[in-house]
Amino acid sequence: MFSLFLEQLLNSLQSGLMLFLMASGLTLVFGVMGLINLAHGSLYMVGAFACAAVAAWTGSFWLGLVASVMAAALAGVLVEMLIIRRLYNRDHLDQVLATFALILVFSEGTRWLFGSFPLFLSVPDILTGTVVLPGALEYPIFRLAIIIAGLLVAVGLFLLIGKTRLGVRIRAGEADRGMIAALGVNIDRLYTVVFALGAALAGLAGAFVGTTQSVQVGMGEPVLILAFVVIVIGGIGSIKGALVGSLLVGFTDTMGRFLLPHAFATFLDPSSATAIGSALASMLIYIVMALVLFLRPSGLFGTEA
Amino acid sequence: MKGIKTTIAAVAALLAAGSAHADPVKVGMITTLSGGGAGLGIDARDGFMLAVKQANNPDLQVVIEDDQRKPDVAVQLADKMIQQEKVDVLTGIIWSNLAMAVVPSAVAQDKIYLSVNAAPSQLAGKGCNKNYFSVSYQNDNLHEAAGGYASSAGYQKAFILAPNYPAGKDSLAGFKRFFMGDIAEEVYTKLGQTDYAAEIAQIRASGADSVFFFLPGGMGIAFMKQYAQSGVDIPLIGPAFSMDQGILGAVGDAALGVKNTSNWSKDIDNPTNAAFVETFQAEYGRLPSLYASYGFDTANLLLSAMGKASISDKEAFRDALRSADFNSVRGNFIFGPNQHPIQDIYVREVVKEGDVLTNKIVGVALKDHSDAYASECSM
Repeated sequence: MFSLFLEQLLNSLQSGLMLFLMASGLTLVFGVMGLINLAHGSLYMVGAFACAAVAAWTGSFWLGLVASVMAAALAGVLVEMLIIRRLYNRDHLDQVLATFALILVFSEGTRWLFGSFPLFLSVPDILTGTVVLPGALEYPIFRLAIIIAGLLVAVGLFLLIGKTRLGVRIRAGEADRGMIAALGVNIDRLYTVVFALGAALAGLAGAFVGTTQSVQVGMGEPVLILAFVVIVIGGIGSIKGALVGSLLVGFTDTMGRFLLPHAFATFLDPSSATAIGSALASMLIYIVMALVLFLRPSGLFGTEA
Repeated sequence: MKGIKTTIAAVAALLAAGSAHADPVKVGMITTLSGGGAGLGIDARDGFMLAVKQANNPDLQVVIEDDQRKPDVAVQLADKMIQQEKVDVLTGIIWSNLAMAVVPSAVAQDKIYLSVNAAPSQLAGKGCNKNYFSVSYQNDNLHEAAGGYASSAGYQKAFILAPNYPAGKDSLAGFKRFFMGDIAEEVYTKLGQTDYAAEIAQIRASGADSVFFFLPGGMGIAFMKQYAQSGVDIPLIGPAFSMDQGILGAVGDAALGVKNTSNWSKDIDNPTNAAFVETFQAEYGRLPSLYASYGFDTANLLLSAMGKASISDKEAFRDALRSADFNSVRGNFIFGPNQHPIQDIYVREVVKEGDVLTNKIVGVALKDHSDAYASECSM
């Protein structure tokens, strides 16, 4: 039982960190540019397809991984310069409509390029198999690698924002957009860079997750919804909030699915315990979100509007 | 001179067509051609259209529309096809929730509906209708066969897993109906869930000797890849949907050796099936899937009825459909009293032929299998 519990903790951490890769980009873009980007999930899909296509073509997962980051960043730059740029001064409804249209364009474009059937993408040989952790726990090496990669990206992102010149500008952009433009910062370029950074993180998440799931059209939207839950919980615009929110959602979801049916089974018959437990587990993250919003309307780390 | 020749040829063709059959049949196909589940609809359409093309019957017209896997869109399309296009026959729906939105009202308007896939229990029992024919199966069939196979293979304790929605519940109920052993644990996952780490950890700890799972589409791809990565080696059993030709490529070697139950397989030994597999591959450049085979049979069933009766005489046309006098890729094809097939359901194993993953029949799970609802149907 202990090793099962430990395994579920690791699973929670892994799903939380993957969510963080998605949510951090989403929250950065909202924090700096004030833009709601529904097409963030499409950039995740672009990353996964680029990784699968390049891995199939060259036979190397690692080249695929590089391609996923580059393709998503490039798609991000193009989208920002051609479309998103016109939306910064519009209200949120216009942004939602335009980026929703982008989802449709990306989905049908991907189908046009790659067809309607899911693509194959697998774990590189060096990361296949399992490793035995303390407590005689067998854990897939690849999931462990994802956890480590996710932690590295999180640390890198905090250093980037906390310690570099670009980070200073991003934080300044969040605080007062008009002022940093007046101080001579090229705001157009800053916006493009931030958007590309968010897109690259989404693409990276797409490549990681694509190896364990199915690379198919429409894979981005379910993750997008979760990423929105994360940034609402964490406080919109806050990277720290995105990290805490992601881990909270990862833990709540995984542990809820694991523990709730068992909890109900202590006082209900097995089949109704399973039914009620799994129904409640699928609602649990939204219940948590509602609770957080009730106690702190602007999210855990959000600034009061 | 050339003009006169073509005119004469056209007149001759018209006369020839006119003498053979009086009434053309117009078919409306509503299926999923865009979005996440498009692969299934495209296969069903391609199978159907292959049979139409081979028959080359000028009396058969087909209108095809995309339902985007949305019930409201499917309902709109059905209304349009019935009122505006004036179709006689509807077909094509892949998903049970869409079928429940469209079929009851269509058959009530005296349109014939031929199902290429979805066959929910509601339409097989009390809700059966003389205008509704399921060419594929009844939804529970393949799951029941998986339960039957697990019992006969000697498994004692099964871990069973399906998404938390009506078809998922029917699936686990169907499995349990024919499985004699104990259930280690019964787990419902969220529909559309893509990470199964938590469930796989439970499987590892459960002490089960077999795992039955019903996770259609992308969910099954994700589950099988993660299961293979996890190092758990309890044998997997499932219905054919997660081991179908359209997605095996995406699962990769993780699927090798998995047992699955199906009423069709590309190696069913009869000349119709051999010709179907060959011509489908030549026409579309890929192996046919389960859904393609259902589409192909549906079109041939319809064509056989058109050869026997006129659509203007609905009663005779339904009788012609009921007699199912066509060469099915599944061999002998018979309808039961609720107009769902009575058929053999096979056990297949995923194998590699050259570089291509595909399925091979290794046994028969249930012979001449009907369904659990036929007795409730009074027509």
